[in-house]
Amino acid sequence: MTPGEPLIRWDWLGSHAGEIGQRVGEHLELTLIAVAVGFAIAFVLSVLALRVPRLYPPITWTTGILYTIPSLALFALLVPYTGLSLLTAEIGLVSYTLLILIRNIVAGVRGVPAEVREAARGMGYTDRQILWRVELPLALAVIFAGIRVATITTIGLVTVTALIGQGGMGYFILLGIQLFFSTPLIVGALGSVMLAVLADGGLVLVQRALTPWTHAR
Amino acid sequence: MDARTVSALASLARWLTDPANWQGSHGIPVRILEHIELSGLSVLVAVAVAMPIALYFGHTGRGGFVAINVANIGRALPSLALLAFGLVIAISLGLGLGFWPTVFALVPLAIPPVLTNAYVAVREVDRDVVDSARGMGLSESQILRSIEVPLGLPLMLSGIRTAAVNVVATATLGALVAGGALGRFIVDGLALQEYDQLMAGALLVALLAVGTEVSFAALERATVPPGMAAIR
Repeated sequence: MTPGEPLIRWDWLGSHAGEIGQRVGEHLELTLIAVAVGFAIAFVLSVLALRVPRLYPPITWTTGILYTIPSLALFALLVPYTGLSLLTAEIGLVSYTLLILIRNIVAGVRGVPAEVREAARGMGYTDRQILWRVELPLALAVIFAGIRVATITTIGLVTVTALIGQGGMGYFILLGIQLFFSTPLIVGALGSVMLAVLADGGLVLVQRALTPWTHAR
Repeated sequence: MDARTVSALASLARWLTDPANWQGSHGIPVRILEHIELSGLSVLVAVAVAMPIALYFGHTGRGGFVAINVANIGRALPSLALLAFGLVIAISLGLGLGFWPTVFALVPLAIPPVLTNAYVAVREVDRDVVDSARGMGLSESQILRSIEVPLGLPLMLSGIRTAAVNVVATATLGALVAGGALGRFIVDGLALQEYDQLMAGALLVALLAVGTEVSFAALERATVPPGMAAIR
């Protein structure tokens, strides 16, 4: 960022293509683990909250607090215990997905019309069958909206984990700040935004394939 | 609690009660003030930019697509990437490190929730109420000022709350570009492996973020117009 220096040095891009590819892979891996683990935990807590409605407020309250704690602060609080590790990054990333996912799973299932549920019960479905064969399929669109938001948010947060030695595109941003060199800065920032946009587009396609009835006219 | 937790909490308590950490330009009170100043200015700028646009879109019913989608785009912008862009802009404008790059990163982070919520707040006001106000001869600006804004105020404030909590959290990253504020303790703590400083900084930022959330929630409740509160 010294005067006369171009904003992007294309030769740097060329000579670091391999490393950029590797960091993109890291970024996606960190995101995938966080959303998958987050979804598994959120799913269990949501089913619990749907069965025992009294548990819903404390669950949203707790995950709400986790969501409010700044990401860097949460990572920092974990470092003395779990070190500068993948585990530290994932505990933070997972805890940010919980509120978004639980809200959408619960809202999606609660949004299923009562008549549909009663019809299923009248046909002799058990509670478990109603959940798996009626409520969850019908709630899929809302649940997927939650997965999309959680994924985009996580892709953004992964950049912050570069501070605790995890990398992804955040590695290039930190490198750019440290070297005062705009090329990696822009590669990291634009790369992370592009990953978010692509992931969102990909999830929309998956959702369409899974819920063909939502766009059949 | 295991021994490690006890010793970590003990050193945290020692750090927080050490008078040396409460004095001078690097002390806790100064860092908290810097944090509030940085966050406050960024939220104010975002409100000043977003509110007129949202009120215009909301009142006329135009631009709904833009107002709603700006929130989705905003979510895709990672805070660290915004900081990177803020740094590039501030350097090329000759504004230096620290404060301004962070403000440039925080303002675009705060605009989407403010804009979207204020737009929805105005739109959600019962159209019958607006029509009867118009029938009573209120001008368009009077309708906006005395009907739509007061009735939409709680929802508008909830947008500002989301923005403020997010900004308070993200202002921490300013320390990466040589800024002050509470992030200083975290970034220095990480770099020097001083876990007492690190945890104290994290604790203070978390408290400030939760405090922001709680005070805005109280403000929202207090601004519900008496008539609407009675209906609820």
